Amino acid sequence: MEIVEKVLNGDKRAVARLISMIENGDQQAVKALSALHAHTGNAHIIGVTGPPGVGKSTLVDKLAKSYRELNKKIGIIAVDPSSPFTGGAILGDRVRMNDLNTDPGVFIRSMGTRGHLGGLARSTADVIKVLDAYGMDKIIVETVGAGQSEVEIASYAHTTLLVEMPGLGDDIQTIKAGIMEIGDIFVINKADRAGIDRTEAEIRTMLSLHPEEKPWLPPVMRTVAINGDGIQELRDEIEKHLDYLQSSGQMKLIGEERAREDFIHILKANVTKYIIERSMDQKKFDELLSKILSKQIDPYSAARELTDDFENSL
Amino acid sequence: MSERRIRVLIAKPGLDGHDRGAKIVARALRDAGMEVIYTGLHQTPEQIVETAIQEDVDIVGLSCLSGAHMTLFTQVMALLKEKDAADIIVTGGGIVPKDDIVKLKEAGIAEVFGPGTPIDEIIEYHRKAARK
Repeated sequence: MEIVEKVLNGDKRAVARLISMIENGDQQAVKALSALHAHTGNAHIIGVTGPPGVGKSTLVDKLAKSYRELNKKIGIIAVDPSSPFTGGAILGDRVRMNDLNTDPGVFIRSMGTRGHLGGLARSTADVIKVLDAYGMDKIIVETVGAGQSEVEIASYAHTTLLVEMPGLGDDIQTIKAGIMEIGDIFVINKADRAGIDRTEAEIRTMLSLHPEEKPWLPPVMRTVAINGDGIQELRDEIEKHLDYLQSSGQMKLIGEERAREDFIHILKANVTKYIIERSMDQKKFDELLSKILSKQIDPYSAARELTDDFENSL
Repeated sequence: MSERRIRVLIAKPGLDGHDRGAKIVARALRDAGMEVIYTGLHQTPEQIVETAIQEDVDIVGLSCLSGAHMTLFTQVMALLKEKDAADIIVTGGGIVPKDDIVKLKEAGIAEVFGPGTPIDEIIEYHRKAARK
């Protein structure tokens, strides 16, 4: 496929096009992704999450610049929410990343969530694959401003940064389940603000409460991203985490787990699509649906009927 | 399952701090179901063109109230052509004299929306232009 060749040859426009095709559910995109599979698996994926307004975009901007000093190629995926009513979105993360626009070693793509919950866009996983095959050394994925349960990023990133800032909540927030559990590195941004010592103490206390000894104890870093303070230290810590993943064999395990989940996900989607389309063609879908509505059948038995049909057709 | 979303870049080129119009248009296009990438202030034509390419937008809207539209808009057009991306539609908005509108259209700017343009007209234009 022409677009695959172009992506592998470093054609920016082709990368951008392919990402749009993926987002729009274009069938050609699936073929392209198949062809790119063999070229993926080389990038280090860094997730950046945290509440709105803590400075994630600015932090990503500074972190990317810091990696550019090491001559690393950087892909950035910046996710912002789509409207639940119109599907429209304002994608404004680039406002904080202006200097990176014209750097040939950086590719930034803004994505709307398009109805997907969890803090990422529906097709984020596939877009990561494209940037990986495009040869990016680091792929930084910035989630939407996340609340307590937008934890999906942890299942895509190798290293997840949880960004906080002083004064957002007390120690009860830190012991709640969800987002506080997914950080490999905790970053307290805007560290020049009042309350920083207390925030750091609360996070450290939370981290020390683990009953079992963990092989990687998440470090707590202070940054003032807007001035660049603490960014190089943060970069060093991210690299330490990568070293840990590789030397402990975790990286390999993560790879196996991702491949398994990806495979199941694709299989589920394919089988579901097949069964729905088949039953729609045979009018059976609508038939069962009206029976469900008139309570002649329940949806569990109706679904069972369709999967039984599918099994019998094999 | 194909669901194409119109993607628009709203950009503020040059030394011009007046972004109210740009934000109103961005917000209106958002409410019309489009994905709008906003650049922020003080963009160079190079930055705008790179962003348009990476974001694979259908339309770029340039907002300029500083009087430098002739220079800046035509530079954007030239760069798009140079980067083999002349198929991206470019529109303009802001304080642009009538004579300049004619010249800008000759240079390839598809449409110029001056002060007082009804917002529905802008939305409708974007829907039609992106469909082509």
